[in-house]
Amino acid sequence: MSLVVASRSYADFTPEATFDIKKVDLHRLEEGPPLTATLTREEGLKYYRTMQTIRRMELKADQLYKQKIIRGFCHLYDGQEACAVGIEGGITLSDHLITAYRAHGYTLTRGGTVREIMAELTGRRGGIAKGKGGSMHMYTKNFYGGNGIVGAQVPLGAGVALACKYLGNDQLCVSLYGDGAANQGQIFETYNMSSLWKLPIIFICENNQYAMGTSVERSAASTEYYKRGDYIPGIRVDGMDVLCVREATKFAAAHCRSGKGPILMELQTYRYHGHSMSDPGVSYRTREEIQEVRSKSDPISMLKDRMLSNNMASIEELKEIDIAVRKEIEDAAQFATTDPEPPLDDLCSHIFANDQPFEVRGATPWTKLTSTS
Amino acid sequence: LNENHFLSCLVEFSKTSPAAVQVNVRDALNQAMDEELERDEKVFLLGEEVAQYDGAYKVSRGLWKKYGDKRIIDTPITEMGFAGIAVGAAFAGLRPICEFMTWNFSMQAIDQVINSAAKTYYMSAGAQPVPIVFRGPNGSSAGVAAQHSQCFAAWYGHCPGLKVVSPWNSEDARGLLKAAIRDNNPVVFLENELMYGVPFDLSEEVMHKDFVLPIGKAKVERQGTHITLVSHSRCVGFCLDAAAVLAKEGVECEVVNLRTIRPLDVETIEASVMKTGHLVTVEGGWPQYGVGAEICARIMEGPAFNYLDAPAVRVTGVDIPMPYAKILEDHSVPQIKDIIFTVKKVLNM
Repeated sequence: MSLVVASRSYADFTPEATFDIKKVDLHRLEEGPPLTATLTREEGLKYYRTMQTIRRMELKADQLYKQKIIRGFCHLYDGQEACAVGIEGGITLSDHLITAYRAHGYTLTRGGTVREIMAELTGRRGGIAKGKGGSMHMYTKNFYGGNGIVGAQVPLGAGVALACKYLGNDQLCVSLYGDGAANQGQIFETYNMSSLWKLPIIFICENNQYAMGTSVERSAASTEYYKRGDYIPGIRVDGMDVLCVREATKFAAAHCRSGKGPILMELQTYRYHGHSMSDPGVSYRTREEIQEVRSKSDPISMLKDRMLSNNMASIEELKEIDIAVRKEIEDAAQFATTDPEPPLDDLCSHIFANDQPFEVRGATPWTKLTSTS
Repeated sequence: LNENHFLSCLVEFSKTSPAAVQVNVRDALNQAMDEELERDEKVFLLGEEVAQYDGAYKVSRGLWKKYGDKRIIDTPITEMGFAGIAVGAAFAGLRPICEFMTWNFSMQAIDQVINSAAKTYYMSAGAQPVPIVFRGPNGSSAGVAAQHSQCFAAWYGHCPGLKVVSPWNSEDARGLLKAAIRDNNPVVFLENELMYGVPFDLSEEVMHKDFVLPIGKAKVERQGTHITLVSHSRCVGFCLDAAAVLAKEGVECEVVNLRTIRPLDVETIEASVMKTGHLVTVEGGWPQYGVGAEICARIMEGPAFNYLDAPAVRVTGVDIPMPYAKILEDHSVPQIKDIIFTVKKVLNM
């Protein structure tokens, strides 16, 4: 443990700086989000910590999966952290969000803890879904998962947006999908109804270039996903830059809240891992490509460089955050590997809400189990 | 409001003879929706033609005029999309009624019914309830041919997390639809187009705005001692007609109206079989892996088996896609004579 007293007090740090951010590509819009973003020291540290937490949590999940402590499907988010963190920076927790199965990062930004996320991955009773859901089915307040069927989450998100409009609460719903899902018919059905009814929905396509092993060029006749909403205005955004994502989300949110209806954001991003833990991720792309993105566009490095070069934080301070994050992940992993599995009494519970307990047939006619709400 | 509370409130009503009013099934459904829309602002209806067309089968007649665009929503012909939207609205706290113009079209959206609606409360360990009703006409109609005539009771009845209801008469339609709308869980509500225009007498107690029927409870429509007929939806009427004919020959049939497919009220069926010793199930759907097959399996596995004096058998739709020509169609569905024939076979007459 370093005993070096920081040679500068916090009063020496720049409290706030403004950065140039990449211009977005526009579809059916005269103007886009601003070309600069102002970041406070506080925000920077928060985004850094959250992205680092997601990064380390996903790498720990990789480790636990290889040790066979996590089983089944595990779709990791490392590389895409700026999307989840930037989006949350542009909305509030009273807004709503739904995504597909690459959902651990969003479960965190939407209020879940690393402990309960990891314990869900290991299938323990302390998991965020009590071990009943697993990697793809985690929920928090105003976060509707975690959805396993490609594309199904998009109409669900529009339904949440319809409820926001119906209840008149000025909230909106962010509905995420990947480049692979972007060709799903139900998404076009959703574009249609959302526009017709002017639902407060932000469609976000997280384009990480590959749907499992199928690159965008091999699956889409048009890879300009931000234009695929046709009559819906769209913007294409650098998804590796947390400030770009945040400003774009703020812009999109303002559009929705003004009653103009839906808007579509394409986030250009990248995943370091393969599609899931059973995919090494190098049969359909090169290691060089992955390495290039890591060295040139890593979202956490980008933020770190910005903060350091503008004297918004010290290297030591960021290292301390790294250490704290590592500890948080270790503690969570410890919990996730020692917490007991759910009790067998829980097997049949949560079939119906607000109902009397009822009998459930077990594997044999003589096995009578009970379901409670 | 659970059934016990309701029944205790009704002690006063039973003191005077209930005034009967004639209501057909369509109007019973219409009134049920109207009353529930009025009772709870979060209830709304969406589907094709439900608003300005007054409903493809006029079940939602007058509702759009009364409640407007916000609560009665015409959708484009995009089942997968609007079913998903309905489920999402339920996630966020509204109480949607999602109409499928017929249940045949639900196949386009079945992923949203099963994977998004039925399973979510379980996957979320109780964090996310889904208070939604999916409703529409199910099963065979008249002359609408193969793609518009399938019965989905067995398909949806297969899935944990769903309640599946199949009313026969107006009292069923009214009480079960109100119960379904008030239920905090996904309910598949299987109506029957050929029943929509059929009138039934409804008592004052049934017409009360808080009248609900319990989901998961079958009703014995006719007491009998020789044989149990178990059915759902339109076939209940055929069973009663067959029972009337058989009564003239001294055979007294007990007719059980399932009312609910899932959860199945096996206790009522068992009690009846333990009394009569004979069981015939009657349904419009196909035989293989159907509702009747499930009932027979359960009876085999339970206490009623020891009371059976003959194997339990099923009367079902013919195992073919529905043909168009009237003579062929008539021979594709169970007729009253098929029920009578089967009863006599089982009773060795």
